[in-house]
Amino acid sequence: MAGKTLFEKIWDAHVVREEAGKPSLLYVDLHLVHEVTSPQAFDGLRMAGRKVRRIDRTVAVADHNVPTADRDKPLTDEIAAAQLAALARNTKEFGLEYFDMDSKGQGIVHVIGPEQGRTQPGMIIVCGDSHTATHGAVGAMAFGIGTSEVEHVLATQCLWQAKPKTMEIRVKGALKPGVTAKDLILGIIAQIGTGGGVGYAIEYTGEAVRGLSMEGRMTVCNMSIEAGARTGMVAADQTTFDYLKGREHSPQGAEWDKAVAYWKTFVTDKDAKFDKVVEFDASKLEPQVTWGTNPAQGANVSGRVPRPEDLPEAERAPLEKALKYMGLAGGEAISDIAIDRVFIGSCTNSRIEDLRAAASVAKGRHVAKGVSAMVVPGSWVVKQQAEAEGLDKVFTEAGFDWREAGCSMCLAMNPDRLVPGERCASTSNRNFEGRQGPGGRTHLVSPEMAAAAAIAGHFVDHRTL
Amino acid sequence: MEPFKHHQGLVVPYDMPNVDTDQIIPAQFLKKIDRVGFGELLFHALRYNKDGSPNKDFVLNDPRYAGGTILVAGPQFGIGSSREHAPWALQQYGFKAVISPSFGDIFKSNCYQNGLLPIALSEADVRTIIERAQELKGYQVTIDLEAQEVRDSAGLAAHFAIDPFRKQNLLKGLDDIGLTLQNADAITAFEKAYR
Repeated sequence: MAGKTLFEKIWDAHVVREEAGKPSLLYVDLHLVHEVTSPQAFDGLRMAGRKVRRIDRTVAVADHNVPTADRDKPLTDEIAAAQLAALARNTKEFGLEYFDMDSKGQGIVHVIGPEQGRTQPGMIIVCGDSHTATHGAVGAMAFGIGTSEVEHVLATQCLWQAKPKTMEIRVKGALKPGVTAKDLILGIIAQIGTGGGVGYAIEYTGEAVRGLSMEGRMTVCNMSIEAGARTGMVAADQTTFDYLKGREHSPQGAEWDKAVAYWKTFVTDKDAKFDKVVEFDASKLEPQVTWGTNPAQGANVSGRVPRPEDLPEAERAPLEKALKYMGLAGGEAISDIAIDRVFIGSCTNSRIEDLRAAASVAKGRHVAKGVSAMVVPGSWVVKQQAEAEGLDKVFTEAGFDWREAGCSMCLAMNPDRLVPGERCASTSNRNFEGRQGPGGRTHLVSPEMAAAAAIAGHFVDHRTL
Repeated sequence: MEPFKHHQGLVVPYDMPNVDTDQIIPAQFLKKIDRVGFGELLFHALRYNKDGSPNKDFVLNDPRYAGGTILVAGPQFGIGSSREHAPWALQQYGFKAVISPSFGDIFKSNCYQNGLLPIALSEADVRTIIERAQELKGYQVTIDLEAQEVRDSAGLAAHFAIDPFRKQNLLKGLDDIGLTLQNADAITAFEKAYR
């Protein structure tokens, strides 16, 4: 019998019920809840008189709406305040653990899961957020769900899922120095397109992936959804175990050894077959900058924005629409694009390693005149760690704003947002129209590239700064 | 959930690929804690000018397409954020179905959960429907879920695939949670055996 892939092993370990030709009922190990996609789900439970089936497998946090400054003052946004109050009320009523805005342990849902050791290899993890695949970095199957499914998991701890096909993205060669996990995933998305992963569960393999830290693997898995895949994962190895050891919710003592032995079974067998294999050459990759309005529209920092006139006439309209929105003519050198704002943060790039990388570029330099730059740590813990290392000083001395933890200007639900026409170098995950505020223009980059753009006032290869 | 069997309606063409859920419903409108009032916010940034007046160039503001119930768009419709507010907004505007060559994965499940039908047709069939909706005033199609077919009076008869489980639930208007709780014993047994 042929071997199994990592994905198939996780799937098989969680089947509650299956019937040929139908979706399977899968058991969920960990359900992460936040304020934006949950209020209607709790309402649904209340109306049906249902309870949360496993409060011990459910944890809630305030992240999407929370302000990143002036937290001692009342929220200026009354609707956001009402949504946060609803989560506080709902978690109390249903008996759930909840990290509110002022608690230690608060942070972006996809940062605190791994940080607290809740995210573990072999698990199925869901959250009402499309970037849930972040948790796949530890060798878990993690995916985003909608509000109806949030209600479903709260009530049943299970989900009906049609089995996706499997895809291996085999990354060959090593990344050049200064080329990061963010560049890698942007490069992969540019190669396979926003629809390249639709219908697939991706496993990232190869030398360059093995060489990534846990933070780097999280950055890669995080953006699987931007290629259309619902989930992306990296098999656990010693890097994973070293990361998880000693964390609050990680197994302790003799349980730890048992857990590691169990986790080690969640690897793709040598004779397993993927439905599709995509190869990506990491050795040729340069730092990436997106120029358009979806994450596949990117180029090397040394490259140029494409020109509509180079396309057949019938295919120009979407490119023209993207360029018009971005305020670009086409043909510009990426390094000639001047920026107004810089955002370093989000579930893609707000972990301690990301902040260290950005700080190493910012150190001893200053943000360019006319540029406003902010750093938003992914969690309270990341913020504490960064401050213990003096990174906050590096940033503030260089003219960056140093903020409290949250999703912030990744999706502009809180006061941090672009004004129409402003152009931003951002370490987040989406450059969609209006994503960082109505009319705002987003260019996705790595933390190093964002810091370098802040210093130079335009995009520049951080390795040459 | 209301059952979906058969629907005939006016087609609204939006000929763009990669329509993400941030376009369908921008994040600033996700702070509501109830499920209503999203219809007027659908495609907000594209549909309204900065002063709040309707943008005449956007398809939903074209009087020809007023009362449209079937949206047809380019590939990769509904990519991005998992927000279920996207199908809520489409449905509350009055759409019963969306036709595209392909859909964002989470968006598609969210549609099923709400009885909004996502129909994937070939690029060629989608192109035909977009062009007819642009050229023929009052152009309608009929969606027959039982037969899994989209038809028009000009001879189009396009078959679409749908997961049989989703199809049954849509035809009957079944609630997933109720269905799952019929398996409560199996869930409990799984939990007992699970590590």
